[in-house]
Amino acid sequence: MSLAKANGVVISGVDAHIVEVEAHLSSGLPGMSIVGLADTAVGEARDRVRAAVLNSGARWPQIRITVGLSPASLHKRGSGLDLAIASAILAADGQIPCEPLADAILFGELGLDGRVRPVRGAVVAAVAAVRSGLDRIVVAEQNVAEAGVVPGVSAVGVRSLRHWGQVLTGAAVDEVPDPVPEVPVTADPEAGAEPDLADVLGQAEAVTALEVAAVGGHHVAMVGRPGVGKTLLAERLPTILPDLTDDDALSVTAIRSVVTDVAGLVRRPPFQAPHHTATVAALVGGGRGGQPTPGAVTLSHAGVLFLDEAAEFGSACLESLRQPLESGEVCIARAGFTARMPARFQLVLAANPCPCGLGDGAGQECRCRSVDRRRYRTRLSGPLMDRVDIRITLGPPGRSTWSLECGDVDSATVRAQVSDARARATRRCRVLGLSPALNGAQPSSSLRGPLAPGPDAADVLGRAISEGRLSARGADRAIRVAWSLADLSGADRPDLEHVGRALTLRGEL
Amino acid sequence: MRDRQQLGQAGEDAAARHLVRQGMAVIARNWRCRYGELDIIARDGSVLVFCEVKTRRGTGFGVPLSAITPRKVARIRQLAALWLVETGGHRGPVRLDAVGLLERPDGHFDIEHVRGVS
Repeated sequence: MSLAKANGVVISGVDAHIVEVEAHLSSGLPGMSIVGLADTAVGEARDRVRAAVLNSGARWPQIRITVGLSPASLHKRGSGLDLAIASAILAADGQIPCEPLADAILFGELGLDGRVRPVRGAVVAAVAAVRSGLDRIVVAEQNVAEAGVVPGVSAVGVRSLRHWGQVLTGAAVDEVPDPVPEVPVTADPEAGAEPDLADVLGQAEAVTALEVAAVGGHHVAMVGRPGVGKTLLAERLPTILPDLTDDDALSVTAIRSVVTDVAGLVRRPPFQAPHHTATVAALVGGGRGGQPTPGAVTLSHAGVLFLDEAAEFGSACLESLRQPLESGEVCIARAGFTARMPARFQLVLAANPCPCGLGDGAGQECRCRSVDRRRYRTRLSGPLMDRVDIRITLGPPGRSTWSLECGDVDSATVRAQVSDARARATRRCRVLGLSPALNGAQPSSSLRGPLAPGPDAADVLGRAISEGRLSARGADRAIRVAWSLADLSGADRPDLEHVGRALTLRGEL
Repeated sequence: MRDRQQLGQAGEDAAARHLVRQGMAVIARNWRCRYGELDIIARDGSVLVFCEVKTRRGTGFGVPLSAITPRKVARIRQLAALWLVETGGHRGPVRLDAVGLLERPDGHFDIEHVRGVS
């Protein structure tokens, strides 16, 4: 008899798909059926939507209701389609107008009392809306701030189905708002007591290495006995990284909105430190029931992934990092789906020199058997370490540098220097017509062409290669680090000194 | 109890009259077997119609037709098959109908007739 449409959205991993929700009212026995590959939560919408409509003072059509979700081949999951289903039914019944539903995406769960509840992933939903040319997203009031961070889409917050109906028909909104319990928004982890580089005592070389790493986005490995400050340093790398660009901020916010509550646009680079017992699925992402779940590599997209006690990670875990390190994204394939998720992170590895941790040749004697030491070392070699540009060995802080005073460099100062150096690199890429990548991500072809180092530096590298002391790939890595050093010191092109220091920084462990 | 049976009986009578008004011929009523009961069996042209009737006094528990659930429809379908086997002879299309009756205070019924439920 009558048909109406609304646009809903389902979240899949860190991506969202627009779902067209159609409601058809026809003569027949009263009842409602939902077709189109709906999971349990969507199937339960039948009962939720009916109760919500009745408790909103609207009429529930006492005829046959068929709700179709298309594309029918896509798995529909979660409760975020409730609002769209209810709106399509009410529009088909003529209780709310159809036209305003055409250019909006509806994303919210309904309570039995008609309240619109917030759903995870509002940012992703808003991004999907923009992509499909819809300029309005209707969400629960608690989700408005989240959905509003996406440019090009206006977020409308509604308290309840009744409120939404009043917004649609332009009727006066109820004076007394329906009671909405305050959902505590979790504080931004970046707020509060932020770690600072000033907390680090001594280890000036390591701090400099970290700064270079921050400039070029180089992956870092740190080796040192327990307590020298590996973890302390790694946790402070995000504090000296510049704020995220607009694009990165949006994708980081979108990723975070899928797994937790987000208060607004996330501007600071994320930091993930999975425990060394993490599974492959926890690290690169996995999924059950046709639904991809982002892993640590995706959660640290545009930020830092820190593997403490890296040699204790399972070898399958470490190997699984190779694809995201290479391509900047991770591809998860399961029986029901294949999902691509962004995973361009800066890797920081920390490890002890040997299982007992004392094998750095200083102070107390190492108690490990040589076979254990060798096995421990081999975990951290091979293809993964090939991608690590900066490898530093941390010794115990010297007596002169160790004191109870704070360090003399703080994160804010270093961050400013890093930002300047990055700006220089970006400008250079623009002048040379290269794609704007960080130094650590420059392709080898550029390193031989427009980004070749000065002649005397190239000479040193060439000699080292011909004498077999340096591999061609090792030379590429040294040049990348040398560019970061040059950017930091304000030089136009890496000279002999920069290349020399770069070779030291990428020293064998 | 008496009262409820009387209401149901009155409703079924009204439903049968309604079907006749629609040009259908009632063949049998309240056909029982060990698995259940068919309320009305009628003929609509060449189509054999099995009709389930539900009568209610109010809509506090939903409209009358909402009591005819998919499960109930499935049972009527089975009973219809049994009836066809037992009586034999019908060659032609078969349809399941549902009639919901809501008793008004004046004793008359609001009738809702759905043809071809599934």
